[in-house]
Amino acid sequence: MLSPLWILLTAFIFCVLFWKQHTKIQAAIAVTSISLYLASAVGLFVTVYQSGIQVVQIGNWPAPFGITLVADLLSATMVLISAVISFAIILYSLQDISEERKRKGFYPVLLVMMFGICGSFLTGDIFNLYVWFEVMLVASFVLIVLGNRKGQLEGAVKYVTLSFISSGFLLTGTAILYKLTGTLNMADLSVAIAQHPNQELITVAAVFFLVGFGIKAAVFPFFSWLPASYPTPPVSVVGLMAGLLTKVGVYALIRYFTLLFTYDLSSTHSVLLILAGLTMFFGVLGAVAQRDFKRILSFHIVSQIGYMVMGLALFTPLAIAGSVFYIIHHILVKTNLFLISGIVKVTNGYYALSKLGGVYDRFPFVTALFVISAFSLAGIPPLSGFWGKFILVKAGLEANQYLIVAVSLVVGLLTLFSMSKIWVAVFWSAQPQETQEAVTHTRKSLLKSHYMLLVSSAFLALCTLFLSFYPEALIALSKKTAEQLLDPQVYIRAVLGKNY
Amino acid sequence: MNLIISLIIGLLFSASLFLMFQKSFFKLIIGVILFGYATIFFLFTVGGVTKNAPPLLSKANAAVAQLADPLPQALTLTAIVISIGVQLFVIVLLKKVYEKVGTEDLDELNTTDKI
Repeated sequence: MLSPLWILLTAFIFCVLFWKQHTKIQAAIAVTSISLYLASAVGLFVTVYQSGIQVVQIGNWPAPFGITLVADLLSATMVLISAVISFAIILYSLQDISEERKRKGFYPVLLVMMFGICGSFLTGDIFNLYVWFEVMLVASFVLIVLGNRKGQLEGAVKYVTLSFISSGFLLTGTAILYKLTGTLNMADLSVAIAQHPNQELITVAAVFFLVGFGIKAAVFPFFSWLPASYPTPPVSVVGLMAGLLTKVGVYALIRYFTLLFTYDLSSTHSVLLILAGLTMFFGVLGAVAQRDFKRILSFHIVSQIGYMVMGLALFTPLAIAGSVFYIIHHILVKTNLFLISGIVKVTNGYYALSKLGGVYDRFPFVTALFVISAFSLAGIPPLSGFWGKFILVKAGLEANQYLIVAVSLVVGLLTLFSMSKIWVAVFWSAQPQETQEAVTHTRKSLLKSHYMLLVSSAFLALCTLFLSFYPEALIALSKKTAEQLLDPQVYIRAVLGKNY
Repeated sequence: MNLIISLIIGLLFSASLFLMFQKSFFKLIIGVILFGYATIFFLFTVGGVTKNAPPLLSKANAAVAQLADPLPQALTLTAIVISIGVQLFVIVLLKKVYEKVGTEDLDELNTTDKI
């Protein structure tokens, strides 16, 4: 079970050995290691699906005294999707990242970030989660700044400060929980919190974690770092971060608020529901106002995070299943949209909507990729976004939460509006006269010089199509995951042994 | 003693957050550093404020009246190292931003916020 982590760590060490000059060797190491990572993630997922929760005690110290690594269905699914996305991104980055950035250590830092992400998904100890978060965050700081453009540096200041505040809140919450219960192991905490006489103090810790992970996951009102920093770095970086980093925050929220903080639903989950609605609404309002391709997509990330938190806050099996389905669908679609914006930059030379146009005439294949991803995001049947929104709306109606369902449907409409804004400006209408000279490629020259970009984007689009036309598999998996999440006894018994 | 420590932690949190809201780069750095100190100090005092209590038992002092909790001390060390790394990164980042943008005013960093 530790093989995903070992593969990434070894690959990072080898990449650092070839620092600075040998970028081709670094690229080769990165591609092979991410392929091996994908293989081991598939192996881990199959093992967890067939044999139940997998547990590893680090150093053979028995739980709850040592650090435990736990792979249940949610963790294994997230590791698998992170492997799929990093595979697409590493292929894309071969022709997208400039040589200057590659020489400054792009590949080792990317591998460290994947290492931190994989560790965050697999850990079963709250302080260990904080450490893995820091590994992932510091690597993402470096990736955002790599290249030293003015926009990158400015966005990085806001991103770093808010991330540091979020880590501080996580640490404070961990300290409070440790003082109240005397343990750091998640399974043991679940047992101890259930028996704790003073539930109000537990809620205090829950609020600290809500703020800390909320800043990380970009829920309202903590999301302002995201549109300020995500549009600035190169497309490979932003595709990986948009797909994964906020979802690690959502994963942590789901883990903590289904395993640990389930005894004061009126204080924790009702607040989450209100925040989810506000996140959805303000995210899409921000997206509708923007006039730059990547900035619209960044605001959409915020808005879609609201859907995932809504599923968690409703706290029924169907709602959490919808949340898991939405996470998987959104990671694939959002990363693909960013990759397509990178392809459009290559062909047309700009990100600003007013300077783009005519992509449908010249590159119908790129247009098809965009149609699949954008209309899936907006929730048009039969694409995967429709299934995700349908499950969440159905769960909301069954839980009698009509307001949040209404908000989610209105937000879906506004998402469709902003997506069609991009569609009309970039793909449908003709290229404006002033920017005709920036148009460089024909279909054949694009395929010859930037085939990797098209290959990785097509790979993700194929995954989305598979989810769209055969959603049964993922829906069944999400339902099974939700059942496992809502029954902490399975997790506790797997980690602590049979007598709990 | 407990009251003094609680007051200090509260003072550190409030001072650090106040400094992080100021316009100057330098005050942002000091705020970040103090915020790290506040959380780490809180983590440290979770172990109980006892004097002269050993954290680990050995054959020599096998029977002691009071034992200090070693786990928060370990967590504190980890958190100190991590926050030093982030602080170093923020300091160098702000130096580079000053070179690129030319101003020391955080309110001027708004090219990424314009529509």
